[in-house]
Amino acid sequence: MPVPVDRELLIISTVCFLAAVVRTAVLLMAKSFRADRFNFFVIGLGFIFQSAFLSMRGHAVGRCPLTNLFEVFVFLAWSVALIYMLIGPAYRLSLMGAFTAPLVVLLQGFALLAPIDTPHTVKVPANSWLEFHASMSLIAYGAFALACIAGVMYLVQERQLKTHNLRSIFYYLPPLSDLFAAITRLLWWGFAIYTVGLLSGFFVGQPLPWIQIVCAVAVWLLYAAILQGRHLRRLAPKWVAALCIIGFSAALTLLWGITFTGQTQ
Amino acid sequence: MNLFCVGLSHHLTNVETRERFAGRAETDCILRGAGCTEALLLTTCNRVEVYGVSEKRVSTDEIANCLARDVENDPHRYAPPFYRYEDEKCAQHLFRVASGLDSMVVGETEILGQAKKAYESARTSNSAGPYLHRLFQRAFRVAKQVRTYTEITRGSVSVGSVAVDLAERIFGDLAKCKVLVLGAGETSERTARALVSRGVTDLRLSNRSSDRAENLAQLVAARTIPFTEWAEQCREIDILIASTSSERPLLLQTNLALMLEERVDRPLFIIDIAVPRNVDPDVNELSGVYLYDIDSLQSIADQSLALRRQQIAAAEEIIASHVAEFGESISRGLSRSATNSERPTLGENPLPASDL
Repeated sequence: MPVPVDRELLIISTVCFLAAVVRTAVLLMAKSFRADRFNFFVIGLGFIFQSAFLSMRGHAVGRCPLTNLFEVFVFLAWSVALIYMLIGPAYRLSLMGAFTAPLVVLLQGFALLAPIDTPHTVKVPANSWLEFHASMSLIAYGAFALACIAGVMYLVQERQLKTHNLRSIFYYLPPLSDLFAAITRLLWWGFAIYTVGLLSGFFVGQPLPWIQIVCAVAVWLLYAAILQGRHLRRLAPKWVAALCIIGFSAALTLLWGITFTGQTQ
Repeated sequence: MNLFCVGLSHHLTNVETRERFAGRAETDCILRGAGCTEALLLTTCNRVEVYGVSEKRVSTDEIANCLARDVENDPHRYAPPFYRYEDEKCAQHLFRVASGLDSMVVGETEILGQAKKAYESARTSNSAGPYLHRLFQRAFRVAKQVRTYTEITRGSVSVGSVAVDLAERIFGDLAKCKVLVLGAGETSERTARALVSRGVTDLRLSNRSSDRAENLAQLVAARTIPFTEWAEQCREIDILIASTSSERPLLLQTNLALMLEERVDRPLFIIDIAVPRNVDPDVNELSGVYLYDIDSLQSIADQSLALRRQQIAAAEEIIASHVAEFGESISRGLSRSATNSERPTLGENPLPASDL
């Protein structure tokens, strides 16, 4: 059975991201990682193919391609890549940028391999507010995902400094202050976009399950609390980094729950 | 055409011997008078080397005589162990030197700058011609590749530079960091200078003897803090360097914990290079505090040196491939110049750029 063109585009995109992962892994194993433009180039290429896939899907389903879990995963991977492209050269050209590709490969790999690309039998008419709400929320998730990655890197670096046990990766990771600045920036971006997404949810014009609303507000409150703690200088950077990981895990669980309940209804 | 290198280095000779054969400003010209068509003198604190090109062999003794400073009047004249490398061995030696493999501290990069300076000087004085041009340009390329593709320069290998490196790993740009140096001894001065060289501008100094503090403060452009008030500075500084001769710890976990409550969002890096230690080791358990004493800094320096040594084999592989290529390019150049029946002259480059 021939592979549909849109899936072909997604496979090519995944291969591009995989190239960045393999190159980074090989260079790290050879202990000669260099922050060069190769990763940015292949991730950029992968992003173009992702966009082409989403565009084709969008035309096929006649709406924003967020109709099943498969499309949600791909859209989330696209959001991560989008934030990566927007966040700035200091982020892109370090090992921190190279950590983005594995996440995208995981998301797209899972989407391609798992039997989750189930077409909707009943074509639901497009609701522009619902599409806006869903897409903004997923883009915010992209920022939270990168904040989570930066948080992991922060904790790894911090642990090494604390225990005086400096492994090879220590020299490739950015300084703690740079990582913390990136975490803060990503949290603000994600929080602002998520707020817009959350507010737009109230204009959808159809009743949403109350559990979804409660969970979405809870995630919003969690990120608001992290940012407030950061702003008032009440939270140590280590805790901000740890909460980024917890926050993204919670957000991902919520996303899964929303998509699952959406598909079963 | 004979390409050779004759020299003395830290491996076999002491500094006194190297001084006696360090050459003079006009050595290049003397060497050319001795029969060298091209000559270049490379002198550093660890080596004295002559790179030369001659149509017929110039003996090592002749080179040594050119290098000797006032040998005639020296009552302790003797023949030091000069080494000599020719053709491909000469290229291999220079590539190793430029890449820092032959240095006292493996992987140090200062030698590359010194080699570039020596080459520039020989080029300006017309002592270096097309062969040495090719040899040195290739050596600079090899050194760059070795630095890029191996970890030969990874990490710091001295206690002071490890401390500064760690500070950069925590704070990134040190220009905005506030640093307090406790103690006005030689170690404090060295570390303070290292931090200033990396961009630190807000430097504070505190010492029991205010006179010594004032003297050092003038030398490193720091402002002095009365010794009774230094602990209060922990509320705002980013880096503390402790190096006093105090017999008991000056900074305890309980004292610091109170002050850290006001600065939970900012890390504090403490470098305790005093023996006995000035800072209670339990301080490292506080959140956001990174305490390094002299042993932990030395241990990191040793790890870096061990890592550099592990990288020698990878660097030698890069060098070997370049030596082979260089040998071929020189042979091509020689056969071409033999066909043309004329010796390559200064400023000409008989080989294409790809052969360099």
